[in-house]
Amino acid sequence: MATEILMPALSPTMEEGTLAKWLVKEGDTVTSGDILAEIETDKATMEFEAVDEGIVGKILIEEGSEGVKVNTPIAIMVEEGESADNLSASAPAATAEPAPAAEAEAPASAAPAAPKAVVSLEPDYPEGTEMVSTTVREALRDAMAEEMRRDDTVFLMGEEVAQYQGAYKISQGLLDEFGDRRVVDTPITEHGFAGIGVGASWGGLRPIVEFMTFNFAMQAIDHIINSAAKTLYMSGGQMGSPIVFRGPNGAAARVGAQHSQDYAAWYASVPGLYVVQPFSAADAKGLLKTAIRDPNPVVFLENEILYGRAFDVPKLDDFTIPFGKARVWREGDDVTIVSWGIGMNYALEAADELAKEGISAEVIDMRTLRPLDIETVVRSVQKTNRCVTVEEAWPIASMSDHIGSEIMREAFDYLDAPVLKCTGKDVPMPYAANLEKLALTSTKEVIDAVKAVTYR
Amino acid sequence: MAAKRATRKSNASKEELLKYYREMLLIRRFEEKAGQLYGMGLIGGFCHLYIGQEAVVVGLEACTEEGDKRITTYRDHGHMLACGMDPKGIMAELTGRSGGFSAGKGGSMHMFSAEKHFYGGHGIVGANVPLGAGLAFADKYKGNDRVTFTYFGDGAANQGQVYETYNMAELWMLPVVFVIENNQYAMGTAVKRATKSPSLWERGAAYGIAGEEVDGMDVLAVKAAGQKAIEHCRAGKGPYILEVMTYRYRGHSMSDPAKYRTRDEVQKMREERDAIEQVRKRLLEGDATEDELKAIDKEIKEIVNEAAEFSKESPEPDLAELWTDIYVDGSAPQNA
Repeated sequence: MATEILMPALSPTMEEGTLAKWLVKEGDTVTSGDILAEIETDKATMEFEAVDEGIVGKILIEEGSEGVKVNTPIAIMVEEGESADNLSASAPAATAEPAPAAEAEAPASAAPAAPKAVVSLEPDYPEGTEMVSTTVREALRDAMAEEMRRDDTVFLMGEEVAQYQGAYKISQGLLDEFGDRRVVDTPITEHGFAGIGVGASWGGLRPIVEFMTFNFAMQAIDHIINSAAKTLYMSGGQMGSPIVFRGPNGAAARVGAQHSQDYAAWYASVPGLYVVQPFSAADAKGLLKTAIRDPNPVVFLENEILYGRAFDVPKLDDFTIPFGKARVWREGDDVTIVSWGIGMNYALEAADELAKEGISAEVIDMRTLRPLDIETVVRSVQKTNRCVTVEEAWPIASMSDHIGSEIMREAFDYLDAPVLKCTGKDVPMPYAANLEKLALTSTKEVIDAVKAVTYR
Repeated sequence: MAAKRATRKSNASKEELLKYYREMLLIRRFEEKAGQLYGMGLIGGFCHLYIGQEAVVVGLEACTEEGDKRITTYRDHGHMLACGMDPKGIMAELTGRSGGFSAGKGGSMHMFSAEKHFYGGHGIVGANVPLGAGLAFADKYKGNDRVTFTYFGDGAANQGQVYETYNMAELWMLPVVFVIENNQYAMGTAVKRATKSPSLWERGAAYGIAGEEVDGMDVLAVKAAGQKAIEHCRAGKGPYILEVMTYRYRGHSMSDPAKYRTRDEVQKMREERDAIEQVRKRLLEGDATEDELKAIDKEIKEIVNEAAEFSKESPEPDLAELWTDIYVDGSAPQNA
């Protein structure tokens, strides 16, 4: 019986990869555990092993092929005496359902065109600046590398940041450039190394503490809040904590309840912290550089699904973006959609769809959640008279709640409808693909909310 | 590493003994005064007195050099006095006044001095241990030979983050002396009721950290052990643990009903082991006179009275202070 070998998913968020190299050729006999090929994801190059014995009947995807979708047949295995000549793969693209991703609903191709901000109240960079397509992952790495070159007191610590090159490959290459004095692998002890990081910040260094995910930072939250955020105040201004806590936050794909929480509102409620949740690569870079230079503790919330996404990043020697400045991605007159981080995906898609129906949405990316640029939101609501907020976090005591209350306070007389929020559902994140999709918000929910507030 | 109580007695000079006598007495009289002010309602909230444990900080501070750092828990008044912070600023912080070390915003448990390299003053049991290792990390990173003294109690010694820190401190050879001030009670829980470990310092062996037990009622023994520890760290040999056996005469805080130990136990300790009495005795056995010591007592009393006066006269913080020092640039975030 011939069996197909399918392009494997090598991480929870992998949708496609490069078949870098075949280590077997047609006619080879393999046994379970033999390495068949090397597969490159956006995170790492991994060896792909045979799970069964047999003969390599036919290689369907040549080595060096890029953008091979997960579950595409890449080879056919046959048994002794069987011929592969008249075998053909079942139509490649149509094989098994692609790995259900969080945004499965979006028809988005795996490499969506970089969305472009059409308007920014104050541009982050001069008009005419050369732009370079960069992934969020590269942008974060570049920001750290640039700041480390600029200031010897900046160092990176965390689990797998050095030799492994980053669990999500954010710190790739940093160990080679800066050495193990400044790129420090830690044992798996978030509570302890977060405390050491804060102490080091008092000792005159500027630590970047990477959490493999902010879910693990719950082990360390005492140091983020009690030690880092409060000490300046408790010391009457004598002792600041110039430290950045960064890492992926919120849901990835199919990683279950303990790896999927969005902590934006938790940290944004803490005086003494700055909280950043960028969407685009340019913002990731400009805001991370600002965070590293800031004399205050900064919680920098990234998103695993966005890591591989490419955006235009200005090619500038020193590109920073100040905290507390929202960005208007799209101008509109009928409704204001406010979001940040991965929520922007839904907001922008919804705005595209709504435009087809003649509803003009203004889309604002908050970028930093503390300080919060509520002025930009209020100014927009004064024009549109309606507002919908979009985020993946839980609904109760959410950033959306806070923004809604601020709009009510600042622009009550301008509102023609209640401010509605599209959030993650009030449940722990389920594992099953269909339930997970349901637990997050969606473009459709945003469209429905906009129609509700515009009475369409 | 056999558990051995350090009994080294150096031949301390009269000058040295007088220095210790004066410093320990300052802590005791300061704390007695703080207790009075608390009773008068001038100090609020939690107030943890250091009376009985004076020899620990005084002995260890005698080993330090300029640039060495220290960090401790909420029972911090003694540490601040011993590292040379002005008693007036400490007492004024206790009364919540603008002249306090944290401008009245920290209180008894949260004071700092960048100038004296005193890094608090921490209210979360055990949290100051990784923070102290972090200070040592910074010194190692900078390549200087400074050492950080990280003080914590027998109660904190059961916190998980202490062991996470031991592991990394030895892994990275950080110049930090972990000082376990074992005053026998974690609030009201006797050490033996919280752990079956026969000793706390020996737990360091699991991480390869050397250490020893020290008689914390003998300032000279503390000094000798501290010297050994600090030399170990300065030589780049990594962390060191001192378990200093001491005793707190007063309650855990001001509101301690003391049901967990007998009055006799406390009394016996005061009469037989008191650190200040021991030094006083040695001084009088030498060529110091009662008059000399009385003069010191008087001088200390004046310093403490002045501190108390200052703490009453210093104004409460300006109301605008509520909104300062949240961020370094002094600006509160929007919508705060």
